[in-house]
Amino acid sequence: MLEVHKEQNIKRESVARTLLVAFFVSLVCSSLVASAAVVLKPRQVANALLDVRRNILEVAGLMEPGGDVNELFGSIEPRIVDLETGAYDDDIDPEEFDSVRAAKDPKQSVAIPPDLDLARIGRRAKHARIYLVREGDEVSRIILPVSGYGLWSTLYGFLALEPDGNTVADIVFYEHGETAGIGDFVTKDAWRADWPGKLVYDEEGRVRLEVRKGRAAADDPLSGYRVDGVSGATLTGNGVTNLIRYWLGDHGYGPFLRKVQREGP
Amino acid sequence: MSSPAKRALLDPIVDDNPVTLQVLGICSALAVTTSLLPSLYMCVALTVVASLANASVSAIRKVLPNSIRIIVQMTIIASLVIVVDESLKAFAFETSRELSVFVGLIITNCIVLGRTESFASKNPVGLSFLDGLGNGLGYSVILILVATCRELLGKGTLLGYTILPNVADGGWYSPNGMMLLPPSAFFVIGLIIWAVRTWKAEQVEEPEFRIHEVHRTEAH
Repeated sequence: MLEVHKEQNIKRESVARTLLVAFFVSLVCSSLVASAAVVLKPRQVANALLDVRRNILEVAGLMEPGGDVNELFGSIEPRIVDLETGAYDDDIDPEEFDSVRAAKDPKQSVAIPPDLDLARIGRRAKHARIYLVREGDEVSRIILPVSGYGLWSTLYGFLALEPDGNTVADIVFYEHGETAGIGDFVTKDAWRADWPGKLVYDEEGRVRLEVRKGRAAADDPLSGYRVDGVSGATLTGNGVTNLIRYWLGDHGYGPFLRKVQREGP
Repeated sequence: MSSPAKRALLDPIVDDNPVTLQVLGICSALAVTTSLLPSLYMCVALTVVASLANASVSAIRKVLPNSIRIIVQMTIIASLVIVVDESLKAFAFETSRELSVFVGLIITNCIVLGRTESFASKNPVGLSFLDGLGNGLGYSVILILVATCRELLGKGTLLGYTILPNVADGGWYSPNGMMLLPPSAFFVIGLIIWAVRTWKAEQVEEPEFRIHEVHRTEAH
């Protein structure tokens, strides 16, 4: 009896047997994971799109609790902007434009010179899809997609500006992989509430808006450009500053926003 | 239900609770329990993973070579966790965002690997499944208790519904913000362990070291 048991054990522990078991376990597990990913993908994509729209509505100030996202979204006008000239480019259909794909396509994107790449994103698309919120005939908010590297991950968000092209109306980050419980302050309403009314450019047209720890004194001339940061999340805060500086600077929406300041949206 | 099956399922809920007796898996118990809803999803996710991982490991226990046993168990657990994570992203998008990395971290939850290694690799499939289910439920009981305390005292709500009206909204309750910070989860779990061990005195461990009085002269 004992002999048989021992023999079985030797058989079970042989190299061939070990490789065979490892192979079959990997095969079964990988097909399980792969099929789950494929089957669930369409739902996840739909969820992600809905979430982006919800965030745009949120930053547009149009989100109503219980409102239908797709219906409310109808009142928002997507436009394509040529980032280099700052002019609208109506040859591209805003519905078809895929900013993620465009940023990877060498023909539709440009490499960002390392000294300008504050947001550490490497490449950006030549065009950007922005959103205009209208109240009657007047544009009431300009919504700009922004992204940039924080501590661990790329943050994706929307910055809403007043039609003057210089005053912040709101900001929202909808995707990030920052430290849960610390760096995720970027998604908290309390922090978001600090943004409206802040100014982007100073008189010389430099981007001054930044996240910095400690509330600036009211008589500080820079207080109008400063958003309070969070202790323990300095690098995420710096990441937000950098992405603001890049996207609102000359290589980002700078030309477009100067045009807005001159001619209106 | 036969007696071993009943024991496999029910023992981990109080008598052999993975969190209060074995003090396992408390990192997620600290992280996700600031409100009740994500905690409920976390409980379901962990229970599903623990039961299925136990059943699968038990099913292949007789062909599984000893030398690669742990890595195979990890592979199975990791695959199940990915499936659960992907399903949450498809069917409970908002909550999956709130849970962020913590569903993925079930892979490293000691309860799951602990049960596959110590129970499922020695017991039949059905019994192992019940053991995983029981341990998942034991974890869930504690998670729900902790999350209920924290959300109720920290925000005055449960599942987002107002139970204790806040002073800020014209009510009478001023929320205790500390309940939303990680240390309070430690305090609540500590209090629960104290309560359980007062009720079930046999769970109290022998002290490994006792401080005793020394004379002043000896101390030098």
